[in-house]
Amino acid sequence: MSKLDELRDRLFYQPLSLGLIALATSAALSFANQSTQEGIADAEKRDLQTSLSEVLPAGHGDNDLLKDTVTVADNDGKEVTIYRSRKAGTVNGVVFKTAARGYAGDIVVLIGLDEKGTMLGARVIKHQETPGLGDKIEVAKSKWIHDFEGKSLDNLPAEKWAVKKDGGVFDQFAGATITPRAVVKAVKQGLDFYAGHREEILSAPTQGEAK
Amino acid sequence: MNIREIMKNGLWDQNIVFAQVLGMCPTMAVTTSGTNGLGMGLATTAVLVGSNMIISSIRNFVSPQVRIPVYIVLIATLVTIVDMVLNAWMHDLYRVLGLFIALIVVNCAVLGRAESFASKSGIVASAFDGLFMGLGFTLALTAIGLIRELIGMGTLFSQASLLLGPKFAFLEMTVIPNYGGVLMMILPPAGFLVLGLMLAVKRFYELRAAAKETAKTTASPTPLAEGAIGCH
Repeated sequence: MSKLDELRDRLFYQPLSLGLIALATSAALSFANQSTQEGIADAEKRDLQTSLSEVLPAGHGDNDLLKDTVTVADNDGKEVTIYRSRKAGTVNGVVFKTAARGYAGDIVVLIGLDEKGTMLGARVIKHQETPGLGDKIEVAKSKWIHDFEGKSLDNLPAEKWAVKKDGGVFDQFAGATITPRAVVKAVKQGLDFYAGHREEILSAPTQGEAK
Repeated sequence: MNIREIMKNGLWDQNIVFAQVLGMCPTMAVTTSGTNGLGMGLATTAVLVGSNMIISSIRNFVSPQVRIPVYIVLIATLVTIVDMVLNAWMHDLYRVLGLFIALIVVNCAVLGRAESFASKSGIVASAFDGLFMGLGFTLALTAIGLIRELIGMGTLFSQASLLLGPKFAFLEMTVIPNYGGVLMMILPPAGFLVLGLMLAVKRFYELRAAAKETAKTTASPTPLAEGAIGCH
């Protein structure tokens, strides 16, 4: 021990030990990253599949949504991947992600529409809102997200696509207005996007399995 | 130091929240419900046991001058690996705990235990210290969470079955049906309020016990908690 004690006080020992620790932890991290990469990708794919099937009613389409995708640029030039549901070869629904800024970071909403642009379902798939307050947008914690079902730009005028506080039809939560407001905004944006690019989305040839 | 003492320190005398007042960032952030407090506490316990054991095992090789960066790098690495492993192979659990895991890195109680215990003690003792410190933390977070949840929303352990599995659905209780809720209890200020009141109650009992002791033997007053590292 005494030899080690002596060594520990030498100047070269400190940067060297720090460097070794950094090397060892980086190695551990890259090893963990490598070995979990596949698992994480699989888990995310399963999650996506579950979410996709949640925003469309059971038996809506008869194809594998993950394999029938098109990518369309939105008005800001951002690419949106659209999953298409088909029945007997004809597109009868689309699913894609839309996002808006919530109270803490972006809220990503997956929405399912029929070919006419009526909401079939919506699910928040990513958010960092306050637990206990803003997280009522999750389907596991509240039924709120089901309010979107059956609504479209045709049966609900643009100014009604807002929370009740702002003169719309959607409930806000006690203590969290920003969060539901952002979700409504995201869904509305998604519908506008679909309305603006409908022909393109419905007729584009499939680009196969999403990355 | 024997295990009994480690247990008593972790759960009460040196409780991370109630005595050392460390880890306030996750404490305030997640104690909006009993279930959230429990989840954060359990995840932190796992990391504490791991980090204490790793740091104890290399304690003789780390020179004091560079110990803090070494501990921080090790703890951050451990948390990141736990995060990735859970995400890849225990994805259902990850969906519930994922929110808490990243927050553990900012919990300086983990660094605090590395510095004040693991760097001076053997591996087994350090593992027990991590376990009981973590359980004490879990206890504190769950208690604060339950109080805030009860007054704020009128429920106890809501959504416990999401965290612990459907078998634990019996924990979920609606104590006050049709309760309007007290929003402030769920907002951050109430975290400080409830914590402050609980600290006051703990100090009250400690002081009373000390006063009794003094009256009996006129011994020296109880020592205060170990000096906390200045961070949130």
